Amino acid sequence: MTAVPPPVLAIRDLRLAFRGAGGESEVLHGISLHVNAGEKVALVGESGSGKSVTARLAMGLLQGGRGVRVSGSILFTGIEIAGGGPEIARLRGTRVTMIFQDPTSALNPTFTIRDQFRRVLRSHNADLGAREADAIAEAGLADTQIDNPRRVLDSYAFQLSGGMNQRVMIAMALVSRPALLIADEPGTALDVTVQAATLKLMHDLTEKTGTAVLLISHNLGVVREFSDRVYVIYRGSMVEHGTTGQLFRDPRHPYTRALLSAVPRIIGGGLPRIPERSPEFASPLVVHPGCGEPGERRAA
Amino acid sequence: MSAILEVERLGRTFVAGAHTVRALDDITLSIERGECHAIVGESGSGKTTLGNIILGIHAPSDGRLNFNGIPLPDRRPRALRRAIQLVQQNPLSALNPRRSVGASVRLPIDVHELRPRAERNARVVELLREVDLDPRFARRPPRGLSGGERQRIAIARALAAEPELIVLDEPTSALDVLVQARVLDLLGRLRREHGLTYIFITHDLAVVRAIADRVSVFQRGRLVETGTVAEIFAAPRSAYTRELIGAIPVVTEEEARLRDQIRPPATTASAA
Repeated sequence: MTAVPPPVLAIRDLRLAFRGAGGESEVLHGISLHVNAGEKVALVGESGSGKSVTARLAMGLLQGGRGVRVSGSILFTGIEIAGGGPEIARLRGTRVTMIFQDPTSALNPTFTIRDQFRRVLRSHNADLGAREADAIAEAGLADTQIDNPRRVLDSYAFQLSGGMNQRVMIAMALVSRPALLIADEPGTALDVTVQAATLKLMHDLTEKTGTAVLLISHNLGVVREFSDRVYVIYRGSMVEHGTTGQLFRDPRHPYTRALLSAVPRIIGGGLPRIPERSPEFASPLVVHPGCGEPGERRAA
Repeated sequence: MSAILEVERLGRTFVAGAHTVRALDDITLSIERGECHAIVGESGSGKTTLGNIILGIHAPSDGRLNFNGIPLPDRRPRALRRAIQLVQQNPLSALNPRRSVGASVRLPIDVHELRPRAERNARVVELLREVDLDPRFARRPPRGLSGGERQRIAIARALAAEPELIVLDEPTSALDVLVQARVLDLLGRLRREHGLTYIFITHDLAVVRAIADRVSVFQRGRLVETGTVAEIFAAPRSAYTRELIGAIPVVTEEEARLRDQIRPPATTASAA
């Protein structure tokens, strides 16, 4: 038997609660997920499902905040980051990177794209000269099919189109060849044709760099085309986990089935009447054969 | 069928300093009474400008509009403002935060003096029931309501004016897919029950397939294609329509096959 390399990201029994004036409210109720090296995994859910806070915890961005209580384990490349700390702060932006829904507001409006690239590259390697940094940035932008990388480097985000900024974000997120890219609803703020192009580009470039992706989305259509494996999350609990093929061919959980049937079909047929809420949606997690968490035994 | 709205050679130019932008150019189309007519396009297509001209928010630079066969003036008399209503994408910004839901829904009834004063509160209750909301919502402020609830209230408020035509500007784009399905279902039911006509502005052709009768595709201020929804999906004539259909993320093999037949070769990468 060959040794299986550990996952890039392994979340286990993760709970998250916020303490406020009205007491404590738990928003993640013990979720587990993992992403293997080079793999594309999707986390699908509607607003309020906990998908975006999961992404922020995996980036170490929520830990230590006022009134935030985290329990369970988040292993990033074998390092425990559930409690936050200096390690994840050092890895963030180089070993684990993130791209967002609206690229134009995610980029800093007061620095040129060139300055922002230099900062990213120097946080990775402090000795890097300006000329070397620019050459790497230029090559990275060229990889995203930007025709005139020099002009883009001299621009500010507000001078570029949404689609162009999305390419810049992708290039910046991959320039350090991270182990994991977290993409939170990438391109949903953009036009449909630009969004489709963005996802294709992100897919192809992460294949090239061998970067694993955790795609956060509410859109099952996007997930079907992008990812190898899918987790469906509903109100802070995982409800279904399978390969993309398994989940779309044979959705088992009532919530997954409702989500799928609610997507308007381009072959027509209108929309079925489905409830927005149902006690059935709270039924236990369904794991498809061969898809358990590492170390957990499931029948193949 | 008879046309409720005819758009004839409509154009709109915006001037900002030295720049002029032709937001709409030479648009001719007809909206039939009782249909759901989708206006589809991406940002900069002019679809929202067209909606604003129909609502009387902007005046056209050239061309004209006929409503029930009569030219629509730029300054709309009250009766015409009542007959054409709007439901917007973001219902939170569309509802006055300081006013209760009931007061928001009642406002058009008061403004247009649609019912005897003594019956108006009962009418608000009836409207909330029509959009599947508990009448107790009337006393609540819009804050704290879900996106789906706020959109139902915006629909109830549009219905309160007893319109003939409703312009729906991306009414479900900000909603989760399960909530979207319910709101689309509600809109379909209300159209049948009240004999309403919809102009449904959207970027989402899959939604168009689910609820519209006819569709007009806009690109950079021009109408590139118009036809029944079935025709457009069976045989789109323009390359841009093919590109839009080709970009729809789908959830079944059957749809993927249809889409890949329609998708023009190697255009999505150059689209941005």
